[in-house]
Amino acid sequence: MSLLIKSSITRRIKNQLFTLFCWLTAIVSILVLLNILFTLLAKGLHSFNIEIFTHDTRNLGLRNAMIGSLMMTGIAIIVSAPIAILTATFLVESKKKSRLVTITRFTNDILLSTPSVIVGLFVYTIIVANTRFSGFAGIIALSIIAMPMITRASEDVLYLVSPMLKEAAIALGIPRWRVIIMITYRSAKTGLITAVILATARIMGESAPLLFTSAKNSFLSFDLTRPLESLPVMIFENAMQPYPNLQSLAWTAALMITVFVLLMNLSARWIARDKT
Amino acid sequence: MKPPSNFRGDKYFFGLAASMAFSVLFIFILLLASLVLFSWPSIREFGLSFVWSDQWNPVTNQFGAWAAIVGTLATSLIALFIAIPFSMGIAVLIDELMPRKIGKILARTIELMAGIPSIVYGIWGLFVLLPWVQQLQLKLIPIANEMASKFDALAHDGSWLVAFKPIVMFFIQSIPTGSSVFAASIILAIMVIPLISSIMRDVLASIPSIMKEAAYGVGATRWEVTKKIVFPYAAPGLLGATILGFGRALGETMAVTFVIGNVHSLSGLFMPSTTISASIANEFNEAVGTLYPAALVETGLLLFAITFIVLIISRMFLKSAKSKGGKI
Repeated sequence: MSLLIKSSITRRIKNQLFTLFCWLTAIVSILVLLNILFTLLAKGLHSFNIEIFTHDTRNLGLRNAMIGSLMMTGIAIIVSAPIAILTATFLVESKKKSRLVTITRFTNDILLSTPSVIVGLFVYTIIVANTRFSGFAGIIALSIIAMPMITRASEDVLYLVSPMLKEAAIALGIPRWRVIIMITYRSAKTGLITAVILATARIMGESAPLLFTSAKNSFLSFDLTRPLESLPVMIFENAMQPYPNLQSLAWTAALMITVFVLLMNLSARWIARDKT
Repeated sequence: MKPPSNFRGDKYFFGLAASMAFSVLFIFILLLASLVLFSWPSIREFGLSFVWSDQWNPVTNQFGAWAAIVGTLATSLIALFIAIPFSMGIAVLIDELMPRKIGKILARTIELMAGIPSIVYGIWGLFVLLPWVQQLQLKLIPIANEMASKFDALAHDGSWLVAFKPIVMFFIQSIPTGSSVFAASIILAIMVIPLISSIMRDVLASIPSIMKEAAYGVGATRWEVTKKIVFPYAAPGLLGATILGFGRALGETMAVTFVIGNVHSLSGLFMPSTTISASIANEFNEAVGTLYPAALVETGLLLFAITFIVLIISRMFLKSAKSKGGKI
């Protein structure tokens, strides 16, 4: 009998320890997250003022970096979103399980898991090596990173469109391309928008592919054929400098990028929730 | 009879979609081809020995990827060792222990971590983590010195215990700059925890609840259910999630570049080292000549190959997990 009690106590203790362990892992993770966010706020706000919107990086501002980042991210998304959504449409709507579909999907997955620094190298070898560092090269690199992400996410969304809706439209004699545009895309709208926003948030913070493509430029520039400053590359360059004011500027840039990316993530989630 | 004109649109539309799908293939082939072409001088110069030579000397134009490969694998593996218990704990907590609503909030918070750009982790690592690691290293130095002199004494006596010296010194010797394999692994662990834990959560959620309920019904505690029902059942999926996290950690660039120190050797846990992606990010823009950049691109190719293999393995495990879930 005492053996039974003993074993029941050890069992209960083991169970308690296990529960405690699970709680501890979550608490530690949340603490680390809070530490990152708090440090970011404290150090980022230190040199946050109106000047950073009106000065360029050579005068301790962020204007050129913000403009460069927005330009490259925006154009990259405008380029990659249609290609990616059409690719996803092809993957979903192709009737036969053809080999091309399987191969394309697999290739897309490989591109999705390719480290972004390799995409940067690729664009360097194919474009920059033959011309020079330019905003265009940065845009191409970011597009190649965004494309597989959007393809993957919109493929999942397009699968969920009710086949009955499509069949009803087809039965009315509407051509399939109009069914896709007017029925499929429309009913998958929120999902597609979410996919695009999430990809925007992701490439906004990418710096590895921009290091060897758009490089850096401490002057304000709208010329896409020349080097273009971007926030992530600017953070990388400035954080390594031994000067406190440059480091502080890097923190401010990091804060702005994080706020932007988190806002994007939250809005994507909000849009997605709106539907259900 | 000619089909109505608006049906011809079908052909154009699907032609367009198919050509876009082709563009994915095209980009992939172009990527491989141009990387191979660009690194050709290095491939021709060093041949296969590039992979296992640990020479990395831009001055004498001697390049080998071994140190970077080992550094990449080591940092990612150590990161996984740290990340697995955390991810597992979080996944079990959210899936089993918490009320659904609170669990959802926690899951969302953890997912926020995944959204933070890696450059931000990098700058945090540089200014917050490195000083902390440096403190640790400063405490380790006297211990390392003491151990070294002890081993010297043992060597003097001719004891066989001296054989352990390299292993022990690997874990305690340090240069107190903060930059180290250890720091890189911690950053990587923080970055992959959200990814691994969210996939693990999906895997745990796919376990039929009837199995768990049956175990609870015969009086098993939560730990026993987790150990004897959940883990064996979910093992392939959990492994797949882990390997997927491994693949992510392998290619991570910016965060690691800040904290690894960029030294082409792996001499200890608390010593600076390098990874493939970090050395590319650090050196590529300053690489002059044809051989140096070619060698860096070749390391990039190797990284590509490694992540590819890891992707294939993780898909195998996740697929077998899925088919298992479908059977019952």
